[in-house]
Amino acid sequence: MTVLIALLVGLALFFATGLAARVALQAGAPAPLKPLFRDMPLTAAFGLAVILFYILVAILAPVLAPFSEHEVLGGQYLPWEAPHYLGTDKLGRDMLTRLIYGARNTVGIAFATTVLAFVVGSILGIWAAVTGGWIDQALSRFVDALMAIPALILSLLLLTIFGTSVLTLILVIAAVDATRVYRLARSVAQGIVVMDYIEAARLRGEGMWRLIRREILPNAMAPLVAEFGLRFCFVFLAISALSFLGLGIKPPTADWGSMVRENATLITFGDITPLLPAGAIALLTVAVNFVVDWQLHRASGLKE
Amino acid sequence: MRDIWGMIGRRLLLGLLTLFVISVVIFGATELLPGDLARELLGQSATEETLAALRDQLGLNDPAPLRYWHWLTGAIQGDFGVSMATKKPIADLVGARLGNTLFLALYAAALSVPLSLALGVMAALWRNSVFDRASNALALTSISFPEFFVAYILVLWLAQSGLFPSMVRITPATTFGDRLYMAFLPALTLTLVVTAHMMRMTRAAIINLLASPYIEMARLKGMSPLRVVLRHAVPNALAPIINVVALNLAYLITGVVVVEVVFVYPGLGQLMVDAVTNRDIAVVQAIALIFAAAYVLLNLIADVLSTVTNPRLMHRR
Amino acid sequence: MSETSAKPVLLTMRGIRIDGRSEDTWSPIIKGVDLTLRKGEVIGLIGESGAGKSTLGLAAMGFTRDGCRISGGTIDFDGIDLMKAPEAERRALRGKRIAYVAQSAAASFNPAHRLIDQYCEAPVQHGVMSREKAEADAVELYRRMRLPNPEEIGFRYPHQVSGGQLQRAMTAMAMSCRPDLIIFDEPTTALDVTTQIEVLAAIRDIVAQFDTAAIYITHDLAVVAQMADRIKVLLRGDEVEEADTRTMLRAPKEDYTKSLWAVRSYARPVQPPVTTGVPVVSVQNVTAGYGAADVLKNIGFDIHARRTVAVVGESGSGKSTAARVITGLLPPRQGRILFDGQPLPADYRQRSRDQLRQAQMIYQMADTALNPKLRLRELIGRPAEMYLGLKGKALTERIRDLLRLIELEPDRFIDRLPSELSGGQKQRIGIARALAAEPRFIICDEVTSALDQLVAEGILKLLDRIQSEFNLAYMFITHDLATVKAIADEVVVMQNGRVVEQGPKEEMFQPPHDPYTELLLSSVPEMDPDWLTRLLAERAAKREGQG
Repeated sequence: MTVLIALLVGLALFFATGLAARVALQAGAPAPLKPLFRDMPLTAAFGLAVILFYILVAILAPVLAPFSEHEVLGGQYLPWEAPHYLGTDKLGRDMLTRLIYGARNTVGIAFATTVLAFVVGSILGIWAAVTGGWIDQALSRFVDALMAIPALILSLLLLTIFGTSVLTLILVIAAVDATRVYRLARSVAQGIVVMDYIEAARLRGEGMWRLIRREILPNAMAPLVAEFGLRFCFVFLAISALSFLGLGIKPPTADWGSMVRENATLITFGDITPLLPAGAIALLTVAVNFVVDWQLHRASGLKE
Repeated sequence: MRDIWGMIGRRLLLGLLTLFVISVVIFGATELLPGDLARELLGQSATEETLAALRDQLGLNDPAPLRYWHWLTGAIQGDFGVSMATKKPIADLVGARLGNTLFLALYAAALSVPLSLALGVMAALWRNSVFDRASNALALTSISFPEFFVAYILVLWLAQSGLFPSMVRITPATTFGDRLYMAFLPALTLTLVVTAHMMRMTRAAIINLLASPYIEMARLKGMSPLRVVLRHAVPNALAPIINVVALNLAYLITGVVVVEVVFVYPGLGQLMVDAVTNRDIAVVQAIALIFAAAYVLLNLIADVLSTVTNPRLMHRR
Repeated sequence: MSETSAKPVLLTMRGIRIDGRSEDTWSPIIKGVDLTLRKGEVIGLIGESGAGKSTLGLAAMGFTRDGCRISGGTIDFDGIDLMKAPEAERRALRGKRIAYVAQSAAASFNPAHRLIDQYCEAPVQHGVMSREKAEADAVELYRRMRLPNPEEIGFRYPHQVSGGQLQRAMTAMAMSCRPDLIIFDEPTTALDVTTQIEVLAAIRDIVAQFDTAAIYITHDLAVVAQMADRIKVLLRGDEVEEADTRTMLRAPKEDYTKSLWAVRSYARPVQPPVTTGVPVVSVQNVTAGYGAADVLKNIGFDIHARRTVAVVGESGSGKSTAARVITGLLPPRQGRILFDGQPLPADYRQRSRDQLRQAQMIYQMADTALNPKLRLRELIGRPAEMYLGLKGKALTERIRDLLRLIELEPDRFIDRLPSELSGGQKQRIGIARALAAEPRFIICDEVTSALDQLVAEGILKLLDRIQSEFNLAYMFITHDLATVKAIADEVVVMQNGRVVEQGPKEEMFQPPHDPYTELLLSSVPEMDPDWLTRLLAERAAKREGQG
């Protein structure tokens, strides 16, 4: 029964947010962007609204949070009552505050990692596709070998060797994910490199840098942007999983994955507090996926 | 036909080669460390004697290629050396747990593969219908959920009421039926996570083909929508579908890590997490090699199957 | 082509309107067309791309492609109202009483099933005959379509059979239920001319043998003249005129029809022959290829300033490979390329910027030859900026001049993207980009084959004008002999990587010919409705004479 009510409330909230966001975006968007939002599905509007909300929370965390991130404020596992609206955790820190700071820490680290993986992977991938020959072969076979090891397993292996600090976490996950980005960027670029206009540019005597910057990148942007969204989801989930396993972001930094782990015992008592950070992870990933799905759909629809 | 055997033979060789390269990567990763592994493991406060003892135990005094050779030949015979944390032979630690993990992965595969293929074909058949849109949104949602979120929701919903156990205790005396019952929640969690992915990709593989001229031809021959999809689209979508299934089964192998921790399931994943926490490198390397071998094997099977189902490759000009 | 006016009416389409959806709005594709077809009669639908021929043809089956809808009119097929009939009833007609033959048989056969399985599908599923009977029937029809090894060919997969044979197998498949009506949608467009003949003959015979009515869709006037009893001309979804084939060919009424007829007679004035002087480009003893196989085998020809050399051949003859060798994309194994008598480095990466500038290329598909994300300003301006060092105002002025040269209004076009241009305009931008480098030699690779006839004619005239204005040497690669007749000064005929014949155009179109040139020339359809019949008779007579 409770499950049913929760589902209904969730659906109602989803439709309300989606509709409101769509109306707001259509009204507020500058004229050249208007057609973009006109046939936007509800899911995408909902996704955009949620992403905006997370960004705001991450930026304004110190203003929004009622308490400080690490401060122990009293009893552990306090119930949901003022001034601790979402109770306290097993050390007696304010749950709401840590949830808000989690937006900054978890999302920030995931975002930085994705950007790093993306820059490295896509530049190498496009370069390999344009250059061809032994450079392409060597890079691609190396990436193939790395990709033959499951991502989580490779990350765990590297974390064992290099230890688990936030910096190694970012570098390790970025390295593992860069291989996936490389694959995609290379195959997208290979599709473009065979086009006649690239042949024309080569025959004109254009240099490598201009070839990549003016002829290939503008045509590769659409799939790469969609991939960025998908990659962010993977990285975000991977970091959360590692933190949940106790191998990622370490306490006392407020992080959603480790918050679930620290307070998991509550679940056996039927208390849903530990699910809140997990839900926060899920909600953002859903939102990003909805937006990416919309973009991919648009891109494929326009091609027909 | 001889071409096909040649091709399969080449794939097998390539698989072996990949496995060899992977073993080099897994072993060689420790060499990437700038300093001394022993000091890194024991910390700055370690004395010279303990460091020397550890180096001796790890065989760090031998040159790297020799250590690799010993490690590889041992691993092939099932001897992965000794765990640093528990001082037990790694083979003993791994043995029973490998079986448990395989059982869980197969359990989830048996649930998810038929389910997702059926759902994917249905979504493609009724594309743009309410069913399609709803299943797409649901699939996206479930892809987006971290495994532990799904797992805890199931615990809250199905274990709180006492329907299923939230922790798995397996002893040699446990019967097959009991195993199925106890492992139901972990298997269901994994199923929910991979089904969405497989279903979406099956649907996409089929829909991709629906714009082909030969699909229009089938419709213009007066064939029913069901026949168009099953007889004309699916046979051509087999290669991508096989690869999707392989990819997701491979994902199951790694997905078990988190799920095993949540349900305290005595499998390889949990062992690996403990080993990483203790920086028990030999154990991590052994399990990484096992997981990677399973992954390579799955991809190999997928490769061979998609070759065999492709008439262009089976029937040369 | 029997006397059909007394036969009963099979299909009546009245006031057909079909809309297509782009973005959110429905725009008309067919704007109220009537069509009546009697039993056993063949009607030709002719028009340029976008005329709505295929859409109208499919509507005769009560079928629309995704994103289209029939918004008005009535379709009556042998007493059945296809607009009102439920989908199941329409489906029961398709493949059984109305069949379809698609443009590309290679893409329209399912690659996963054998030909005979696909043949048997319609008769068995529609309950017309048993599988055994259908298989026996397939062999019989394959024989009638003059396919080699009729007993065995059905057990092959589509990729194991050549294009011309697949097209005949598809016609046989359409015949499997002995339909009353077949829609042929450009069935020979994707084929080489010499293959086309056999397919046309086979289709014509089988339609006559079974007295099947047909709608024959094509953009090629000469082809439709051989196949149809009556011709209907379409233009942008409207009917222009309809008449029986001979009347239509002899005396077209409407201006549009007349202009279509006239294109085929375009020819530029004969240029004075050049025999002296150093050729701009000289290809000498070139052998080249990919991997182990040689695609070009010891070829050679010269191109002089202000001359157009047409390189003619069917697919696989090596004509495009020759272009790749000249541009330096494919270094030859043997032989060399001279420019103004000086040898060019074999690899384009070793050529100087000035050597690159002198030889430019115009591509067949303007869609893939222009970067879709760059505006015309940069597309045309870049070579001028790079080679001539133009900047700022001077560069803009140059771009505007080039746009005027290709007859596009600079103010309206300079900041457009390629997607905002028509096919012909895109090809003009390709020409402007080549001219911006101020070259002396241009390779035109099938530049008109993706365009409609009227548009293609405009491009040819433009190329002609520019050639005399800038003293250019052209290498004109084409498979279309009509284009050769229109613009060439000299002709090089290629087959399987060899030059089988070369010389001035006047000589090339006069006998005696090399046997392959003869075959090629005689296979080009002519506007005379009796041409195919006569040609087949001639060839049969010749075979007998030899035998």
